Amino acid sequence: MKNFILKRSKDLLPTLIGVSLLSFFLVRLIPGDPVMLMLGERGANPEVYMEMKQKLGLDQPIIFQYFTFIAKAFQGDLGESLISKTSVVEEFFSRFPATLELGMASLLFALTFGIPFGVIAAVKRNGFLDYFLMTMSLVGYSMPIFWWGLILIITFSLNLGLTPVSGRLNIIYDIDPVTGFYLIDTLLPSTLSHYGLKPFFSSLAHLFLPAIAMGTIPLAVIARMTRSSMIDVLDEDYIRTAKARGISAHRIILIHALKNALIPIITVLGLMFGSIITGAILTESIFSWPGIGKWLVSSITARDYPVIQAGVLFIATFIVLINIGVDFLYTLVDPRMRKELQKVNKKRAASPTDKAPPQNEGDPL
Amino acid sequence: MRSTFLQNFRLFSQNRGALIGLLFILFFTLLALLAPWLAPKDPNTLYVEHLREAPFHPSFLLGTDDLGRDYLSRLIYGARISLGTGILIVLFSGTVGTILGLLGGFYGKKIDWAVMRLVDILMAFPSILLAMAVVSILGPGLLNAIIAVSIVACPQFIKIARAKAMIEKKQTYIMASRTFGASSPRLIFKEILPNCLGPLLVQASLGVSDGILNVAALGFLGLGAQAPTPEWGIMLADARVFIMSSPFLVTLPGICILILVLSFNLFGDGLRDIIDPKLKARSS
Repeated sequence: MKNFILKRSKDLLPTLIGVSLLSFFLVRLIPGDPVMLMLGERGANPEVYMEMKQKLGLDQPIIFQYFTFIAKAFQGDLGESLISKTSVVEEFFSRFPATLELGMASLLFALTFGIPFGVIAAVKRNGFLDYFLMTMSLVGYSMPIFWWGLILIITFSLNLGLTPVSGRLNIIYDIDPVTGFYLIDTLLPSTLSHYGLKPFFSSLAHLFLPAIAMGTIPLAVIARMTRSSMIDVLDEDYIRTAKARGISAHRIILIHALKNALIPIITVLGLMFGSIITGAILTESIFSWPGIGKWLVSSITARDYPVIQAGVLFIATFIVLINIGVDFLYTLVDPRMRKELQKVNKKRAASPTDKAPPQNEGDPL
Repeated sequence: MRSTFLQNFRLFSQNRGALIGLLFILFFTLLALLAPWLAPKDPNTLYVEHLREAPFHPSFLLGTDDLGRDYLSRLIYGARISLGTGILIVLFSGTVGTILGLLGGFYGKKIDWAVMRLVDILMAFPSILLAMAVVSILGPGLLNAIIAVSIVACPQFIKIARAKAMIEKKQTYIMASRTFGASSPRLIFKEILPNCLGPLLVQASLGVSDGILNVAALGFLGLGAQAPTPEWGIMLADARVFIMSSPFLVTLPGICILILVLSFNLFGDGLRDIIDPKLKARSS
């Protein structure tokens, strides 16, 4: 375990530094003077301008600015939004639960359909059902979700009148955002005593379409991964042994095979976080979902540079950490990987000059 | 050489999905190349008397948009933009990514480490987010969207080229050429690169589909191609307002994007089955 952390941090630290450098300098490259932008057309009085520039630290050398940025970031201060004049960190965390709730709902949707689809396709390999499910999943994988969301709205909201078009909750309900997760907040005693269960169902109905739109691509990826991983496992000796022992087909598939087939899915789930954020940016714009994605799009249009900088930094750091976490989880779940790691470490101990462990080289994709 | 080509073609044509994909790609390529002759009208002419005409109108087969422009013509010209951007993105990201990956894989050590950290950093930014940030620097526009999406698409090519280069550099033929005094650049580009082309070609096909999707998404968010350009993403965004009264305006561009993206994915999948028969044996 200690080795794992050591080995990873050698790669992790430079990556995080790179991420912070990129998010810092990307924003500095945006044309236009942020001070002018903040003061507006009328406030361009030279004295006020200099004062503002000093206040923001923009009169310092750029390297100095970067270190100030990092130092402040560690103290939880990423500046103020140029538009709302409130703390960026606060704004981020007030919107984050909305994105997280949507993300988890879409992942739930993707898993509940993706895994069974993959298992069925693997069991009925090369049959009609296999071809059908895999074609559908390729269609899902190719889906322009900004269009898919609109089609869902046309079908379910406008034609069938089943679900609301946008937002998180019917505006007639005034609930207290304690956790920020509306599915939980609407079940808190204060809301329940006031409105009953109606707000809960309202937030559930609002969540429905965006979760489908956002979960479609992950569903397709999960179904395809589950299928190929399941096929690998079904060909293994221990499955044949289980068959020979007369264990029922259902039991073999659902318990013996699926348990091992799910291991690679964990990695895919982790790597999917990036595409989920991409999904959030598009889905939230379509459904006016008040989360991180919509916030970033509007900040980019408004050139609200502290927000862009902080948002990019937050998300990228988050993804880097999640990828490391997934790697770690993978070693925990799969004992073979743990052995592999031990072997590598022993080898390294034996020949300290061997800098690149074979396991690292063998994991190109 | 010829016989393996024929063999491969036979293998390919047995894969029905890949064949359908190829046919649609050819169809859209023809649309794109012959747009000025195939489009019934000019894509930017405003027929002010015919605003949001429904499809199957006698003079506008697929109707008109909110400014009275012929929708079919705009969709045909849109194929030009989407296909063109997809291919340009793969050319840019494929060239840069392959070179970086080959260098990393071939030289190993510090160069490889640096290349891989670059991959890690780029991969940490969700594709649309990074593209959005780049576009906010360069300003919205089709060319800038292409640059942004190309940067985002590099890591895939880097990883594939690097992995192949690592395997190939240990082969005997490389050692042999080295003993004959072949220089490193020669080894990389004349010996190793041709052997990496297979997987890179598969990635190129999948990369076109990703590129098309990302550029359309940027267009939809208002950060890609700008107003009068008949780009499918913007057409979709413009049509959002009329989602109730003229749903076909929303439906059609999306179907075009979906079919084109799906075709490249089908084609890429089929290509992979040929190039990596091991994978096929395992999965079917």
